[in-house]
Amino acid sequence: MAIDAATVKKVARLARIAEPEDKLEPLARELSGILDWIEQLNEVDTDGVEPMTTSVHTHLPMREDVVTDGGDPAKVLGNAPRSEKGFFVVPKVVE
Amino acid sequence: MSDLTGLTLKAALDGLAAKSFSSEEITQAHVTAVEAARALNAYVVETPERAIEMARASDERRAKGAAGPLEGAPLGIKDLFCTEGVASTAGSKILEGFRPAYESTVTSNLWRDGAVMLGKLNMDEFAMGSSNETSAWGPVVNPWRARGGNADLTPGGSSGGSAAAVAAQLCLGATATDTGGSIRQPAAFTGTVGIKPTYGRCSRWGVVAFASSLDQAGPMARTVEDAAILLTSMAGHDPKDSTSLPVETPDFASFCGKSVKGLRIGVPKEYRVDGMPAEIDALWEQGIAWLKDAGCEIVEVSLPHTKYALPAYYIVAPAEASSNLARYDGMRYGLRVEGGSLLETYERTRAEGFGAEVKRRILIGTYVLSAGYYDAYYLKALKVRRRIADDFDQAWKTCDALLTPTAPSAAFALGERSDDPVAMYLNDIFTVTVNLAGLPGMSVPAGLDAQGLPLGLQLIGRNLDEGTLFSLGSAIEKAADFRAKPQRWW
Repeated sequence: MAIDAATVKKVARLARIAEPEDKLEPLARELSGILDWIEQLNEVDTDGVEPMTTSVHTHLPMREDVVTDGGDPAKVLGNAPRSEKGFFVVPKVVE
Repeated sequence: MSDLTGLTLKAALDGLAAKSFSSEEITQAHVTAVEAARALNAYVVETPERAIEMARASDERRAKGAAGPLEGAPLGIKDLFCTEGVASTAGSKILEGFRPAYESTVTSNLWRDGAVMLGKLNMDEFAMGSSNETSAWGPVVNPWRARGGNADLTPGGSSGGSAAAVAAQLCLGATATDTGGSIRQPAAFTGTVGIKPTYGRCSRWGVVAFASSLDQAGPMARTVEDAAILLTSMAGHDPKDSTSLPVETPDFASFCGKSVKGLRIGVPKEYRVDGMPAEIDALWEQGIAWLKDAGCEIVEVSLPHTKYALPAYYIVAPAEASSNLARYDGMRYGLRVEGGSLLETYERTRAEGFGAEVKRRILIGTYVLSAGYYDAYYLKALKVRRRIADDFDQAWKTCDALLTPTAPSAAFALGERSDDPVAMYLNDIFTVTVNLAGLPGMSVPAGLDAQGLPLGLQLIGRNLDEGTLFSLGSAIEKAADFRAKPQRWW
């Protein structure tokens, strides 16, 4: 099943990556090539097979619900592209 | 003091303990070697001042009788590990200038045990690549060259900087990570030893995430014993990583040199793939003969779903990556490219910050997780993943470990395969099954091809049975007597 340019555009929007119009066709070809190769998975009989999300055999542990970290805004903001008065500065979201 | 860079980690630790030289001396020798080897592009950040400072502190600890297991040993750190106050970019422009406010658990463990940091090692962007060519900072050049040739070869990937630095004696050992083969394939391409331990052995805390259910840290070194010493320090339960296994870490070095007599070694027939160079097949046969001579029993086993591992991986890994890499939004850290709106800022930041291969995988991952395709792709891949893990469980009924080639070729030229993503993905054909099943896998240098380039053999073990791999690895190392080193041209 091939991906067309319109699908690439839609997926790029979902992934929040700006892709210029002239890149959509080549990308569609590339991604289709990869997906065509992936199609061979359909040869495998997986009826009744439990999906495997992890190779860890034990149950995920629960932690104590207590504060173990924090109180250091300067560290948290240390890598911010823009910050002011102890806050991240981000583009306006609500008009 | 240049001889000090040629020591194994074990010999260096012995020399430090005997006070034959100080940590400052061996660290300075490495700092000088690193500066002289910039043509390899193995280090993306050199931290000579910090290295000397750490070395002096180490010498003081030793003088006080408080030496740790890695006391004074200078190491290189893959740029995927967060190091406090030192740039950590994961090979990506989107993290240019990022200085973590914290230290990864694995590197913390190394410093706890006395090791010294020389700098950060180059890698494929977000560990997505098999040739180091996706790094935003340019590819690493393999210190090895074909006999009589001067073409630049890939050191493999994604841990290409780690592999090249270890092979070129720019550190005594290095950290690396392996999501689909990123420790083992570069080890094979550079004549070094690399082990991806059982999933959960090493904490992922502070390691920049690629595909969380597959990512695992491990060491690269020049001998099997050195890799064992490093892994013993790196591993251990960490409550900060919920998938970190609550198990004791054995002294892995104690398994090196142990008799392998009576061990049953499985040889999976599905790993004999079409188009594999005859030399690699011959080396595999040689490896089988070596282990037979060492007293192992060889059994043929079948892993029938092997050929489906790569396509399953190229759904699972990009799906997890598309989710993990959603955090790079230009708001809290890393690159921000302003746009007219919030959405445009996100889109421009990610368009400029990510390289082509990373974008390709994010798009694939977003597609296979999107409404209408989830069952057909993602769920199907997870079921195939179970089949692959079941294959190994069947194999363990008749054998204790598996022996295979590490990679289907020796190191290839930079640029040779960068136009065809699927051809590049096939590099990991023998290594990726292990990540999907969560098992430990090790690459050991076993010989040279006709061009004089190193080739590796892979050992695969049961869950948490790295010990057997270290015993078998040192048996192969001894039989192969691999002493070749790259001729210095840089």
